[in-house]
Formats: sequence, C-alpha cells, structure tokens
Amino acid sequence: MQRKPSRNPPADWSGAIYRALKSHRVSQVSYVPDAGHKRLIELCQADRAMTAVPLTTEEEGIGLAAGAWLGGARTALLMQSSGVGNCINALSLCANCGFPLLMIVTMRGEWGEFNPWQIPMGQATPDALRLGGVRTLRLERAEDAPGTVTAAAGLAFEGYAAVAVLIGQRLIGTKSFGEKP
Amino acid sequence: MSGAKLDRRKVVRTLLDRRGDLLVVAGLGSSAWDCTAAGDHPLTFPLWGAMGSASTIGLGLALAQPRRRVLVVTGDGEMLMGLGSLATIAAQRPRNLAIVVLDNERYGETGMQKTHTAYGTDLAAVARGCGFAKAEVVHANARIAGVRSEIHRGKGPLLYQIKIASDPVPLVLPPRDGAHLKQRFREALLGKTAAAE
Repeated sequence: MQRKPSRNPPADWSGAIYRALKSHRVSQVSYVPDAGHKRLIELCQADRAMTAVPLTTEEEGIGLAAGAWLGGARTALLMQSSGVGNCINALSLCANCGFPLLMIVTMRGEWGEFNPWQIPMGQATPDALRLGGVRTLRLERAEDAPGTVTAAAGLAFEGYAAVAVLIGQRLIGTKSFGEKP
Repeated sequence: MSGAKLDRRKVVRTLLDRRGDLLVVAGLGSSAWDCTAAGDHPLTFPLWGAMGSASTIGLGLALAQPRRRVLVVTGDGEMLMGLGSLATIAAQRPRNLAIVVLDNERYGETGMQKTHTAYGTDLAAVARGCGFAKAEVVHANARIAGVRSEIHRGKGPLLYQIKIASDPVPLVLPPRDGAHLKQRFREALLGKTAAAE
C-alpha cells in the first residue's frame, strides 16, 4: 500500500481531527478500520481519556452513539465509505430521537480508485447519507481539517444533527497494491 | 430443551422488580411491551425500530455510565440481527452490562415465523465464544430471581438466554415519540440542566 502525502512535508490532518474531537469532549471513538484512519485510530487508542471501540460492522456505531448520548457522553464514528451502506436503517435512531451523530468517513471509489468493487458504494455515499438524514461536509485539503471537523462537531453536538465529514480520496492518497508504505 | 417454557411477562416483572437505579434498554417488539407492562419508567429506553441496535445502545450507555448497572432486554430475533455486537461488547469487557434475550424462538411481530434459535442456535454459546464473562441458557423459573440479582451485582458482560413460551400476551405499548423517550431518559439520569446541554 502506498499513500502519497498531499503536502511536502505531509500535513498532519489526522492529528488535527484528533485535536478537534478532544476539544469537543468526544470520549468514545468507534471504528471499522480504514488505512486512511490508521493514525487517527492510533491517537485515540493511546488516549487514556478516550475509549476506542472496534466494531464488527458500522451500524453498531450508530447504536453506540445513541447509548453514549443517553448516558451523557459524546462519540465519533470512523469508517470508510463502503461502510455507509451498512448504517442506513440504524440511522432512524437519529432521525426519530434527535441523537447527535458525528461520522468521519474516508472516501474510496472516487479519485483514481483501482478497485472497481469500491466504486458503487463510494459513488453512492453522499446521496445515501442524505437520504438517511445525515448532513455532509467535504474535507479536501489538510489545512481545512481543524475547521471542518470543528464545524461538523458543532452541528452534531450543539445542533443535535447527524453529520458526516467525507474525507476526499485525493487527500488520503490513492491506494495501490504491491508497494511498501 | 426442557418442556415447560416460562411466561415472559412474569420473567420481566421479576427482573425489573426493585430495579433501583438500573438503566434499561428494551429491544423492539414484545420485549419493549414486556418492560412497559412491568411499569413504564423514564430510565427505560424502549425501541420501536433500528432492529439489531439494542445491545450496542446498551454498550454505549454502559461505557458512558460505568458506575451504573445497564440491562438490555431484547428478543431472539433482535439479538440475531446484531450478533456481531456480542464480539464488540466482549472486546470492551463492560463489567456493568447485562443482556437478557427473551427467546421464544419466533419472530413474534410478523407472524410467529421460527428464528434461528428454533433451529438450534445457542446465543449463550455465541456470547461465551465472544468472551462474555458469563452466558447461560435459562429454562427454570426458579433461576430468575438469581438472574435478577446477578444483573445488579455480577461481573459483566453477562448474557442470559431465557427460554420463554410463545403464547400471545396483551399489547402494553410504551410512548412512541423517540425525542421524548431520549429526553426523559437524559433528564432522569443527568438532571434537567445537563440534559439540556
């Protein structure tokens, strides 16, 4: 797997997202891993004030977010775009109850994608989220990470909205096989 | 399998008796009606949809409130839809979380079709395989009082798959408005000021 940095030296957008989550008092971070989320997951796992929750499938994170909010805690849910389709029925929790939801989604299937199996769900992701009642914000440039994630967290936790930040595949770097990272 | 199966309403009434500050999540359908029949309560969050989510809602709540006991009451069909969540829960080892699966081996709201437990799926064995601290299939009424006690004091995560009769019971419905159910729960747990955060 090779990831081309978006800047030289690469800007630490994962660190910026982590700091934005911290400043919004997010204490549970659930995830189905994506290579694009590797550093963010490691930062959350290393933080003793955060509980990192690996999921077997992404919709578990919607239930977790609802339960955490019932208990007075804030969560973020990390996934790649292929996981968005797994969440659709669970999103009715947010639509009916007004549970805040903050999803951080790394996009596949949109920028130089080599795997055709990633393209259908990747292309459907923004519309699928919209139909499920989730507002979307795009993150395309590393320097926008603090502002975009802070805005999304505000919409979620103060606006009681379901929000997804879609991190462009161009920022993450196009995945390829056969090369060492 | 033993012959006589348990009365779901009596089981849930016993489990929720003297509930103290127990926090309850009720899975959609008959499990939610059972919890309501035992007494509607602001610290019960009944589901009307999002099938498969009861257990992960319980996990989020248990992690957010480590000093409180959390009980998920759900059905076999609802639990089967979120089977992977048993692995997710076991990985977190929440000591304060218990799951009761009311297992009538049927999809009760849709025409009493058999669920996978009718064909032999052992949910307690799945939970043990995932790493639950304790998981047990319960056949006897005499065991229910002990289960209630372990829900309050046992080291979780715990799962009890309670074999119940599939006889119809009267509908006793909780409120349907999700925003109301969420807010009354938060106010009762966190107080009015914090709940309005």
